[in-house]
Amino acid sequence: MTDLSANSAPLGAAQRNHLRRRNRHQLMLQGFGIAAISFAALMLFILVSSLVGTGYKAFTQTHIQVEVFVDPEEVSVEKLPRGGFRDVLQASLQAQLPEVSERADLRRLEGLFSNGAQFRLRDMIVADPSLIGQTVTLRVPMSDPFDQLAKGLVKRDTPEAQRRVTDQEIAWFDRLDQAGMITQPLNWGLLTNADSRFPELAGLKGALVGSFWALLVCFLISFPLGIGAAIYLEEFAPKNRWSDLIEVNINNLAAVPSVVFGLLALAVFIGWFGLPRSAPLVGGMTLALMTMPTIIIATRAALKAVPPSIREAALGVGASKHQVVFGHVLPLAMPGILTGTIIGLAQALGETAPLLLIGMNAFITSAPGSPLDSATALPTQIFIWADSPERGFVSRTSAAILVLLTFLITMNAIAIYLRSKFERKW
Amino acid sequence: MYDAPKLERNVDDRTIKFSARNVHVFYGETEAIKGVDVDILDNTVTAFIGPSGCGKSTFLRCLNRMNDTIDICRVTGDIRLDGHDIYDRSVDPVQLRAKVGMVFQKPNPFPKSIYDNVAYGPRIHGLARTRADLDAIVEQSLRRAALWDEAKDRLDQPGTGLSGGQQQRLCIARAVATSPEVLLMDEPCSALDPIATAQVEELIDELRQDYSVVIVTHSMQQAARVSQKTAFFHLGHLVEFGDTGQIFTNPHDERTESYITGRIG
Repeated sequence: MTDLSANSAPLGAAQRNHLRRRNRHQLMLQGFGIAAISFAALMLFILVSSLVGTGYKAFTQTHIQVEVFVDPEEVSVEKLPRGGFRDVLQASLQAQLPEVSERADLRRLEGLFSNGAQFRLRDMIVADPSLIGQTVTLRVPMSDPFDQLAKGLVKRDTPEAQRRVTDQEIAWFDRLDQAGMITQPLNWGLLTNADSRFPELAGLKGALVGSFWALLVCFLISFPLGIGAAIYLEEFAPKNRWSDLIEVNINNLAAVPSVVFGLLALAVFIGWFGLPRSAPLVGGMTLALMTMPTIIIATRAALKAVPPSIREAALGVGASKHQVVFGHVLPLAMPGILTGTIIGLAQALGETAPLLLIGMNAFITSAPGSPLDSATALPTQIFIWADSPERGFVSRTSAAILVLLTFLITMNAIAIYLRSKFERKW
Repeated sequence: MYDAPKLERNVDDRTIKFSARNVHVFYGETEAIKGVDVDILDNTVTAFIGPSGCGKSTFLRCLNRMNDTIDICRVTGDIRLDGHDIYDRSVDPVQLRAKVGMVFQKPNPFPKSIYDNVAYGPRIHGLARTRADLDAIVEQSLRRAALWDEAKDRLDQPGTGLSGGQQQRLCIARAVATSPEVLLMDEPCSALDPIATAQVEELIDELRQDYSVVIVTHSMQQAARVSQKTAFFHLGHLVEFGDTGQIFTNPHDERTESYITGRIG
């Protein structure tokens, strides 16, 4: 009688209908789930592919290699700071394009170099004054319009009036290219340069160092405070109306919009305490305010997950509450706590709004040496670049987003690894 | 059903270890123990039996104040260990638990080495001055728990890697390492297979030489096999307390008789 296969006692019509409806509901539910996941995956794919599509061009940078004769008449040890480096560079190109002689044309010829080229040359000669009077080989970035031209982002078939390079300049460029002077190596400057007004020189070093300092400060504040608060609330606090109130407020705190924390930091840390604006120290303190609820919640969950049998075992041999918590429960909860902390820090790394309010979106052309120096952070740097009009910043913005995403994915991967490696099954 | 000869031991002349008078336990508004009087003798195995929810575990946990860790739990009445009130304000529950060891239902070794499991109690109570002292305590405790021969070559391996029965004996070794006077066992064999159960029961009988043992058990056969005194709990009352032989062969209360013959429970 327990045989339920199709050829056993036939089901009544009502029962059959009921069964069919039930199966249909199950199929619909599964269909919805698959549709939702496919939609999410598609959106992710579109996001990443559009970022990569525009961003990959920023991972190379067009360089020009020239033989520069360091003319002692233009450059001398006595007046190094304001030597005629531009003239020397200009002359090096004129050697290749001898027909250019008009003053205005020469100026435009010089425009092929990035504005940083003269400083690169100056630094070389300051480092080694014996180069004066000799010919040096210099490989420097080209300025943004020619970088765009080389990457095909400035189209040659656009009418001349509507593009930033003239037909003559294109002709110069092509001749230099045929002479093998123009190359497109990997753009390490994206990671090793600080910010600049010139896209071809702008890099993320300042933002990376600024984010590092801010995250370090954030970790040093939120990790001990968050764990301390969680241990007290979970293990020691009496369960009464006050602890309930605190718990509700901590959960609410985790949901407070981040811009509010930025305003708070502006008023308290900068206004009251007089800490410097744009400093990673203040940024880190602000991010710590946001990360702390996340760490508290994650730590409490991890402490709760330690089975009561371990507490009982320790209490049973006469461990005090403090010994139980620090000797047994906390070490066992550590993987969960670390996972929560890393995820909290990853969130903090991507946080933009509070940093804008405390001035970490300033234009700063050197990496901060300490948490007290002015700096930007990765997300605010993206914000600044996205706001810049130069064409070169379009691909650099995408590239910076890819760098930020790489860090986020790495941090989350570490969290997942820690969880799977150290998680204990009871 | 049980082997009777073991029951005929004379235990009357032993000293009283625990004496409980008029003990009530409340969980919030619910009264879980409703006035229990019992004397627990030294060098004796006392079994608490009774149906689920009758309060036998709750009462056991009063004896080392493990109930203190439950916020809503309140204990009234008088429980004396060697004549001293253990609920007196001057008594530190931490010290009490070193003197009254406990073994739990599910083997719960710490996720540490076998050595560290046993050495944990002596360490936190400062019982060993030198490493050699500690080594001696660990060896002695493991011998007492009949685990030395199996564990001596793998003291540095995790205690959680042992079999269930070995883990439970490790927990017993951990409990005896602080030189307690009383061992409380809360259904110590309910998670073990019959062979491991037999080993632990044999061990309990040996432990009686040095300790007063109180064991909560669901198995009446086990109570009959290992204990000299038996207390039958029902709905928070201590219904009957007496020599194990008498409880199982000639119960005075009809509830006891119903339980041991399987009609309630």
